[in-house]
Parts: sequence; C-alpha cells; structure tokens
Amino acid sequence: MDLLSNLGLGLSTALQWQNVLFCLIGVALGTAVGVLPGIGPTATVAMLLPITFSFDDPTAALIMLAGIYYGAQYGGSTTAILINLPGESSSAVTAIDGHEMARAGRAGPALAAAAIGSFIAGTFATLVLAVAAPALANVALGFGSAEFFSLVVLGLIMSITLAAGSPLKAVAMIVLGVLLATVGQDQFTGTPRFTFGERELYDGLNFVSVAVGVFGVAEILRNLHDPERREKIVEKVTNLWPSREDFRRIAGPIARGTGVGSVLGVLPGGGHVLASYASYAVEKKVSNNPRSFGRGAIEGVAGPESANNAAAQTSFIPLLTLGIPAHPVMALMIGAFIIQGIVPGPAVMEREPELVWGLIASMWVGNLLLVLLNLPLIGLWVRMLTVPYAVLFPSIVVFASIGTYALDQNPFHVLAIAFFGLVGFVLVRCGCEPAPLLLGFVLGPLLEQHLRRALLLSHGDPMTFLTRPVSASLLALAALALIVVALPAVRRKREEVFVEEE
Amino acid sequence: MGSRPSEADRSTGGLRPRSSADLIAGLVLAAFGLAFAVAALGYDRGSLLNMGPGYFPLVVAGILVALGVAIVVKAYVAPDLSHHDTPARSDGESRDEGLAFAAVLWRPIVATTAALVFFAFTVDGLGLVLATFGTALIVPFAAKEMTVARALVIAVGLTVVSLVIFVVLLQLRLALLGEWLGG
Repeated sequence: MDLLSNLGLGLSTALQWQNVLFCLIGVALGTAVGVLPGIGPTATVAMLLPITFSFDDPTAALIMLAGIYYGAQYGGSTTAILINLPGESSSAVTAIDGHEMARAGRAGPALAAAAIGSFIAGTFATLVLAVAAPALANVALGFGSAEFFSLVVLGLIMSITLAAGSPLKAVAMIVLGVLLATVGQDQFTGTPRFTFGERELYDGLNFVSVAVGVFGVAEILRNLHDPERREKIVEKVTNLWPSREDFRRIAGPIARGTGVGSVLGVLPGGGHVLASYASYAVEKKVSNNPRSFGRGAIEGVAGPESANNAAAQTSFIPLLTLGIPAHPVMALMIGAFIIQGIVPGPAVMEREPELVWGLIASMWVGNLLLVLLNLPLIGLWVRMLTVPYAVLFPSIVVFASIGTYALDQNPFHVLAIAFFGLVGFVLVRCGCEPAPLLLGFVLGPLLEQHLRRALLLSHGDPMTFLTRPVSASLLALAALALIVVALPAVRRKREEVFVEEE
Repeated sequence: MGSRPSEADRSTGGLRPRSSADLIAGLVLAAFGLAFAVAALGYDRGSLLNMGPGYFPLVVAGILVALGVAIVVKAYVAPDLSHHDTPARSDGESRDEGLAFAAVLWRPIVATTAALVFFAFTVDGLGLVLATFGTALIVPFAAKEMTVARALVIAVGLTVVSLVIFVVLLQLRLALLGEWLGG
C-alpha cells in the first residue's frame, strides 16, 4: 500500500539519529524561546530560522524547523496559561480557562492537559496529513491563478469568523492588512510603493514587526491601562499533576478537539486559530456544566489545545500541496523551503518524497519529544508565575526589540514595532481585532499576485473567476461564509461564545 | 459640557455618535485608506489586463475608505455597544466622543514608544549592550510608582539576561559595541 510505504520512507528518514537529534534541538530551542513572554511562535520561528540556513541537508533543516515550531507553540501555550499572554491568537483561547486554572493554583494540571492533548492530537493529525496530502496535491496540480486567488479570498473571509467583535471591523482589519502588505517593491515591475524613498522599506514591512507591535506592545499598553486585568497571581502552586478525575474530564475534549482541528487546519487563512475557538465552543456546548467555562474548566484547555495542535499539523497540507501558507509561521516555512532551493507546491511531493515524508514523520517524532521534554519541566515553567509584571513587561519589550533587530540587523524594524504598537493599541481599544489584520498582511501579496496573473491570462476578463468552476465554488463558499457571519442570529450565538473573553 | 442633549445634537448636525469606539475605529481606518489611496494615485495604474503597480493598492485603499465610512455611519445608526471599552450610555448624556479614550494614560504609551525608538536609533551606534541597557532603563517607567533605583536594578538584570540568551546561547552575531564607540 502506498500510504504504508510512504510512511515507512518517512520514518526511516526521520529516525536517522542526526534527524532525531536536530528535531530534539529544535523542540528544546523552540520551547525555551517560546516561553519568553512577548515572543510568540511566529517571532520564535523567525528568530531561530537563520540557524537552519547554514544546514547543507534541506531535510535536516526543515525537520529542525518543524521541531522549533512545535516547541514554540507549546511555549506559547505555557505563557498563555501562566501569565495570560497568548503569543498568538490561537492560544488566546487557552488563556481563558488555562489562566483561571493557574490563578487557582492548578497551573500544573493545565500545562499537563495541554501537553498530553497536543500529543494525542498531533499523532492523529499526522495520519490525516499522510492520507490527505497526496490526494489534495493531485487536485491542486490543476489549480491556476484564478483558483488560488479565490482560495485566498475564502481564507481571508474565513478568518472573520474567528474575530470576536463586529464582522465589519474584522473585514476592515483584513483590508488594512492587505494594504500594508503592498508597501515595498511591486512584485511585477519592481516599482517601490509607499516607501517614502526609504531603502529600508523596499523589502516591505517586516511582519514580525507588525505581529510584535499589534499583539505584544498593544497588549502591554492595554494591561498597563487596566491594572485589574493583571493582578498578582497566586504564588503557591500545589499538585503539578492532573488527578484521575482530571484525566477522565479531558478524554472527551481531546478526542473532539482532534477531530475539529484536523478538519479546520486544512483551511487556508487561520484554520488553526478557528480550530481552537470552534473546539472551545463545542466543549462549552456539550458540557454538563457550561458555567464553569471561563472559570478554570480543564476541558476548556484540553479541547482547544488539542484542536490547535491537530490543526497545526494539518495546516502543512495547504503548504505542501498548494504552496499557500495557512498562517504566518507557515509563511516563514515557505521562506525556509525557498532558501533550501525547494519551491513548495503540488510538484514537491513527486520530486522530493524523502523530504516531504521525512518531514511528516518527524512531526510525530517532534510531538513525542515535546511531551517527553516538557512534562518533567512543568515545575520549572510554573516558577515563571512569581515574576512581577514590573519586571515582565520590560523583558517583553527588550526581548522583542533584540529579537526583531536580529532578524536582519535592521533597526528600522524596531521602529516599526513602536508604530504598530500605537496603531494596534488604538484599534484594539476601539474593538478591532489584530488577528485578521495579520492574516491580511500575510496573504495580501498572494492575493495581488494571483489576481494580476489571472487577469493577464484571461486577457483582462474579470469573469474568469466566475466561469472557472473551482474558482467559482470557492468564491461562492466565501460569499456564504460572509452572509452567515453577518446574520444577526449567528452573531448573537458568537457573542455568547466569546462573552468570557471580554 | 453639553449636558442638554439638544445642544449636543446641534453641534454634530443633529446626530450623535452613540459609540465612540466605532467612530474612532472608522476614522482611523478611513484615514489609512485615504493616505494609501492618495499615494497610490502617484503610481502607474495600467489596465485590468495588465495592472500597473498602482492598480491593486488603489482598489484596496478605496475599499478600506468605504469600510471606514461604513463603520462611522454605524456608530451613529447602530452602535456596537457590546464592547467592554464602550459602556452603553443609556442616560443620553451629551456626546461621548473620546469615551473609549477618556482613561488614556500617557505614561505607558510614551515610555514604551520611547524605549523602542531609543533602541532603534542607538543599536547600530552604541551597540547591543548599551542600547539594551538604555531601553531596559526607559521601559520600566511605563509603570506607575517606578523609582530610579528599581529601574536600574531591572535594567542591569535584563541586560545581563538578554546577553546570555541572545549572544551566548543563541549565538546571534550582533555587534556588542557600536560604530560610535569604534566597535
């Protein structure tokens, strides 16, 4: 059977001792940097990316990078649970109940539930990836620019569903993101746009600056404005391990979260963020005790964390098969592929089977290493709780400054953090969400590129997006999603789901 | 001021924005769109068949202006009162523009921004060590009741920790002493 021989090839690649070692180093580094407050998974991967550039073997480089990604993601959940500082929007859900648990002295069980859920979900989603990727790659081989354009539109619209506030503002934030992404040299003609003649802007705005600004700095400003959001956390932490009762309570959420995450992760445009929100909503719905959600329900940690990790896995599907990054970290992965001389897309599965299957198998190995590495370390992470905010927020600013500067030693990116911190603070205070902006920013260039190429191919006929069946169906789905989000009944439901977050 | 509703009504043309958050969000977004649109007019637009560098940004900026205006209109017609930063004003008391910003504290904003700007402008000149130290000395003042002595302790500690993490452990090749100091 094809699947088995493929997985066999993958495992034999992933289990070569050097690759296991690189994966372990990646997971350890990713976790260590990811738990630094203010440095989310995106910034972590961005900062550690250069380490892998020096590798000669692209497989080893990408395996290590995948390890860094999982580690960073787990580190991000750790800071979300312990200090209520989600490094990216997907762990924002974890913070709701996880942080309540931490405040009640149950940080240990929360972290353990996150780790165990992530591992189980990751194992299952790896299988999904192995089955679905080749099939989807075959479909994707027939995709033209019109289809890609429509797919990106669908992804962007889908990301509205994960915004908590008004859909109108979410759409506007996406559009602002797309617009900000046009800064820099035009992909087709090389004309510098919106650069004020500054050389630093020719490569465009760095999205680490945008992410750190609108998420990190804006969050700090918000916390300093509402000190009650940040009262001191209980220092005494008892029982690090989940009880038998806890294990019984997290089994269902993990299973459901895995299912939800595996499906939603495939969607381009923040499927993994959507996955954690969706799983949280599902758990709240099926729970016998929905009122406990938002007050430290372990189900509210286990479900979304499993969904998040399953989706993180399956979000490699659009990357490997379509070359479309599902979220910012995947965009960095594309960068890493290209630097290694590999262009991600439908053909890469055919041409580089060892790399693709090795990567897929190493994801499972990475998840295993993550659990083995982190369960014993929970006590260490929990000690982070004792750091007072007066020390914590300066660390965030300083680490973020150095980390962003180190990307390519361009101080301009640090200046951009300050700018986007201010803009983000104003917009967030007005009820706008930063996540759609970041997605628009990441997918904007793809949108423009495929729009222009599709129109070039159709001799300037915009009907090409509607006459090609696949493109038309994708756009129809996007329109449907938009209508559903705008319907008042659905909005009320959404508000119920998000009410604890406010 | 404007305790009588009629007065407030007249001053805004008979309409009062009922959600200041929506109003400000809409205005900021529309302003971004407008700025990009004006700048985009300076680039070659080309045609639908062969778009120039200005076409796509101009269209997107136009959409953003439209959305910003829509949000402003919504602030008057159907305000989004569910947001926690904008408590509903059922008493109908005067205009509440700036309500979302009534409690803006300048101290954190100035200190955080100044720290980042300081880092950006000195890291090449002074090098990593001094730029980090300066930044770490400025940021703590974003918090109320920060003393110079405490800030100094935080700054020294953070500089050491940063150097250990980024230079010793992550092995990033960064100039420790800047150009201005002959580094």
